[in-house]
Amino acid sequence: MTETLTDANANPVGRPLRRKEDARLLHGQTNWTDNIQLPGTLHMAILRSPMAHARITNLDVTPALKRPHVVAAFTAKDLGDLNGSVPCVWPVTDDIQMPGFPALAVDKVRHVGDCVAVVLATDKYAAADALDAIEVDYEPLPAVIDMEAAIKQGSTAVHDAADGSHGTNVCYEFPLKPQGDGAFDAAVKAAGDDVVVVKRRFINQRVIAGYMEPRAVVASPMGMSNEMTIWSATQIPHVLRVLLALVTGLPENSLRVIAPDVGGGFGGKLQLYREEILAVQIARHLGRPVKWTETRSEDMVASHHGRDQIQDIEIASTKDGQIIGLKVDLIANMGAYLQIITPGIPLLGMFMYPAIYKMPAYEFNCVGVFTNTTPTDAIRGAGRPEATYAIERIMDELAAELDMDPMQLREKNWITHEEFPYTTVAGLTYDTGNYEAATAKAMDLFGYDALRAEQEQRRASGDPVQLGIGISTFTEMCGLAPSRTLGALKYVAGGWEHCTIRALPTGKIELITGTSPHGQGHETAWSQIAASILGVPVDDIEVVHSDTGRAPYGMDTYGSRSLAVGGQAIKKAAERLVEKAKVIAAHQLECSVDDLEFIQGAFRVKGDPAKSQPLAAVAFEAFTAHNLPDGVEPTLQAEATVDPDDFSYPHGTHLCAIEVDTETGKSKIRSYVAVDDVGIQVNPLIVEGQVHGGLACGIGQALYEGVEYDSDGNLLTASFADYLIPSAADLPSFTTDRTVTPSSTNPLGTKGVGEAGAIASPPAIINAIVDALRPMGVTDVKMPATPENVWRAIQAGQGGAQ
Amino acid sequence: MTHIPISVTVDGTVYDVEVEPRRLLVHFLREDIGRVGTVVGCDTSNCGACTVLLDGKSVKSCSVLAVQADGHAVLTVQGLAEGEHKWHPVQEAFKECHGLQCGYCTPGMVMAAVDLLQENPNPSEEEIREGLEGNLCRCTGYHNIVKSVEYAAELMGGKS
Amino acid sequence: MIPIAFDYVRPGTVDEAISALAAAGEDGKVISGGQSLMPVLRLRMAAPTTLVDIGSIAEMKGITDGGDHLVVGANATHYEVMNDALVKQHAPLLAQAAGTVADPAIRHRGTFGGSLAHADPAGDLPTVALALDATMVAKGPNGTREIAAKDFFVDYFTSALEPEEILVAVKVPKLGDGWSTHYEKFNRTAQAWATVGVAAAVKRQNGTITEARVALTNMGPSPVRASSVEAALAGAAATTDAIAAAAANAADGTRPTSDLHASAEFREHLAKVLTKRAVAQAAGV
Ligand SMILES: Cc1cc2nc3c(=O)[nH]c(=O)nc-3n(C[C@H](O)[C@H](O)[C@H](O)COP(=O)(O)OP(=O)(O)OC[C@H]3O[C@@H](n4cnc5c(N)ncnc54)[C@H](O)[C@@H]3O)c2cc1C
Ligand code: FES
Ligand code: FES
Repeated sequence: MTETLTDANANPVGRPLRRKEDARLLHGQTNWTDNIQLPGTLHMAILRSPMAHARITNLDVTPALKRPHVVAAFTAKDLGDLNGSVPCVWPVTDDIQMPGFPALAVDKVRHVGDCVAVVLATDKYAAADALDAIEVDYEPLPAVIDMEAAIKQGSTAVHDAADGSHGTNVCYEFPLKPQGDGAFDAAVKAAGDDVVVVKRRFINQRVIAGYMEPRAVVASPMGMSNEMTIWSATQIPHVLRVLLALVTGLPENSLRVIAPDVGGGFGGKLQLYREEILAVQIARHLGRPVKWTETRSEDMVASHHGRDQIQDIEIASTKDGQIIGLKVDLIANMGAYLQIITPGIPLLGMFMYPAIYKMPAYEFNCVGVFTNTTPTDAIRGAGRPEATYAIERIMDELAAELDMDPMQLREKNWITHEEFPYTTVAGLTYDTGNYEAATAKAMDLFGYDALRAEQEQRRASGDPVQLGIGISTFTEMCGLAPSRTLGALKYVAGGWEHCTIRALPTGKIELITGTSPHGQGHETAWSQIAASILGVPVDDIEVVHSDTGRAPYGMDTYGSRSLAVGGQAIKKAAERLVEKAKVIAAHQLECSVDDLEFIQGAFRVKGDPAKSQPLAAVAFEAFTAHNLPDGVEPTLQAEATVDPDDFSYPHGTHLCAIEVDTETGKSKIRSYVAVDDVGIQVNPLIVEGQVHGGLACGIGQALYEGVEYDSDGNLLTASFADYLIPSAADLPSFTTDRTVTPSSTNPLGTKGVGEAGAIASPPAIINAIVDALRPMGVTDVKMPATPENVWRAIQAGQGGAQ
Repeated sequence: MTHIPISVTVDGTVYDVEVEPRRLLVHFLREDIGRVGTVVGCDTSNCGACTVLLDGKSVKSCSVLAVQADGHAVLTVQGLAEGEHKWHPVQEAFKECHGLQCGYCTPGMVMAAVDLLQENPNPSEEEIREGLEGNLCRCTGYHNIVKSVEYAAELMGGKS
Repeated sequence: MIPIAFDYVRPGTVDEAISALAAAGEDGKVISGGQSLMPVLRLRMAAPTTLVDIGSIAEMKGITDGGDHLVVGANATHYEVMNDALVKQHAPLLAQAAGTVADPAIRHRGTFGGSLAHADPAGDLPTVALALDATMVAKGPNGTREIAAKDFFVDYFTSALEPEEILVAVKVPKLGDGWSTHYEKFNRTAQAWATVGVAAAVKRQNGTITEARVALTNMGPSPVRASSVEAALAGAAATTDAIAAAAANAADGTRPTSDLHASAEFREHLAKVLTKRAVAQAAGV
């Protein structure tokens, strides 16, 4: 069963190698940020607002200073200019409302969990105790919670207008009308009598990232210089460094950001958080290391949430099921402030509503809204799960309306494999895909016909447990991103990736990447890619990452970009290294470069296999530099920075069978088949793991999870006791498989897999539940499909049927 | 609140220290004696990231006071394999079956699996899933964790 | 995550514990398994000044045969209770329900006595104690007294124990011949507390249910007996229809709350469905 890492004969790409990372992780020899204990460290504890919206009428931290072990305490006023503002780098429109987001709240708090004051103590327990001594009074203001109420005239405003007058809660409005305003209605009108229109409102509820490692940061200043080392449980050490420099004014070249072992991110650690700013600024101010590790309760109120959209979606087709138009109106919750890319999240979904379907007309509009809730931002899938949910749900509703099999409806409308590259109605060009093949494989594994027969039989016998089948034929956009495209979308950064490869004098390879893994197994997969080109054993490659001191260039890990973009940089750097080595080898072997071939890590003279020079020997020569050809610089290393040509579009067919207990409303997944096409797989074991994890997140959203506020803005789901993340006992085993359609937008042919499961699964689950209950008059079930939500849908459906 | 002297054996080593009564066992492990392999994931005893064996039985070390461990023996993921470079069959199985991704839930998950297998050397899939219900993982979807425990059972001679 | 500071004592006997509790005054608190108390302390929702750790008191441990009943020490853990041969034989309902509490790690530490004293409306074991007509043996400065389960659970998180009293043991009557039982727990995820739970004990003679006891979890501030169901079942035929008819009364007299996990209305609905299932399962129908 075991694949050894060192079998030099096979190309390591494509093999399910066991991970290099695992030995230390399995033995507890890890380096989480919270493990770091520096001498003289001050522990930071944060007083957070218990109110959703209030004016701070009195705030006094001096009593806290009298507590044992307390060294300092600050309010926003105390910090003055050091109280940085959390940046947003994606102002999606010219007239977007971008209010400030002070790290410590100034005068007003705007969501439960907003930071009010901090205490620094030499002992973590003492810091927590001292918070209780801070004196604070609030004058409550009306909380803005409901999005639709928030955008009505006269609503309380979360932020005043820039000139201090009464503000609006509309952050921005973003239309996309590729065929012009009114294109949808025109298409419907043009179809005359031969048209069916289905309109639905879906709620894509708010969720959390739910990484298991709470956020943590340690900021360590180095004496009188400006130098500062920052360890953070982040997905984005490189981006963090740039942003911290911009926010704090510290010179970027004196900041070193390290993301040590990071326990999951799922978008939730794609952020510059206010606590990171506070730790850095206070460490700088006090000249001592500052450490902060959040509690899970803090995480629930203070780490960004995701999704939270009201989706009004309308689809039109001819009576035989040819789609003629799609119209989407979103209201998207920004929360109380804009974080790093908050406004852009719904727009990452904007292009994806038409999904895999051909249609002549598409209209999209999104209104971003401020509320007195925790800010939202990217969470696994970021915009695309929302889009996929809406389109895949409404495809089922359209099929029901047309009395068509939902799979047939999809087949009738999807892009066929001969049609790639295909430019969609939203304006994207999908590189490659084969929806037919993935679907055929999935149907095969699933046993579609037998399940439909069982469904019929349960319906006929009036079984209290009904069976439903859910389909999701999804695609997604990954590999963020061509820098020019990002620029056109007003995103204030590029989407390139970097790699440096060094052949060290001893023959070992150092691969320096700009990606920043936190569970994805880059150390193993990147070694596989480089090993396949350099011909060295996978174990001889050390992957250096997530430390701006050792790996200075990079754009980090999110949006399923690491392999699709970072992989290209590895390939290019490795090839450049071989090119340089070849020149040296030719010199050593006294032949021309053209006479050499590079096989299994050695340069051989064509036709004279006895004459060869292994890469390690070339590396040593490059090190001593005793006998290099003229014009060749010592050392053997090469680097590459790659800006992707375009996105890539993984896809897949997910099929789900669910048993719904119609008496209790409880749903049980009977089987789940996921056939994904993520292009070329570097390590199928890791690919499969990513699919499993994504599925669990998506199923979590569909069945169990949802952030809930009461009307005063109190967070009801404030711990894992109330925000229910599924355990092993709540999930089934999955049947997963792949079809392989190489991407044409990058030379490795890879796509991305990190988000696929999370994007595809929610509609598969809900479609299955609705399918089970359709004869009972049910046409929708709210996510999460809790027993009560299902029961209520049945009650409503039957009421309607009477 | 006076400190209390305690004597706790952790991974075979006896530690005689004084702790505040409110000190959580997990903080004692991580911060007082540097056994940082065991981690904290929540504050409501739900996640299981902090699972260790106390006198051979799994407990959540965030839900035990250090003073309550006085006179008892704690085994963490760091002490599981005997001797340097050794692998416990459960650790071996997790690697083989890709039962971990970020690895944060892993110390607790491994210890819970060790406990599960000593209770039931030959568990069914359902028994494994239920036996691990107190340990949350956000990365793996549990599929490969279940496979890992099945494989560990096989390695330990439980599965025929 | 960090409890407010407290003093800690670990008495070796019940009497020492009672004195320690008395000495600690109003802000003293007992800790046994700590599996309910520790999360409360970490979230700073309680701030006792002294914790009296009764976890190592030997006389509160163990499960013994008391003739027509079992004596379950308050310190018996959920793990011990669910695996104990006497409990499995004479009070299988208790063994089964203990196995549904939380997860294995929590069951290794959480105690039967702690569960009852904590009186959480969503707790499974108070319901079982009520269904089985258990008797609590409590000891305080004024000596020992016995409290019937029906008088023990007073309100949300409130038992009939006086502040200086300790629950020492629980007498659980043995179910005689002809009885069979089932605990039906309904929760949203495996590690979540019961949205609603039903403990059913049914005595069958031939095709008839001669006597039944049904108690409900999380259908009010304390566990409740579904007396109208019990009345309807007494003498009823052991058939699906008769059981369903009786179970339709399950929500009578209950006062469930609405919370994040379910509305009161849905809880009432669930009580009926789950009662039907629990009784049917117990009756082997
Ligand atoms: C994540 C999680 C999930 C859980 N799920 C469930 C569940 O599904 N069902 C369920 O029933 N329970 C559940 N529990 C609670 C668990 O059963 C606890 O073990 C139990 O409620 C308390 O027992 P303990 O021994 O741990 O008590 P402690 O936590 O030590 O004490 C609880 C309370 O009772 C008092 N007390 C304890 N013992 C005595 C005594 N002998 N005399 C007087 N007072 C005493 C204490 O002062 C305290 O107020 C869960 C707990 C957690 C953390
Ligand atoms: S830290 Fe989550 S259970 Fe202990
Ligand atoms: S492996 Fe990341 S939480 Fe389990």
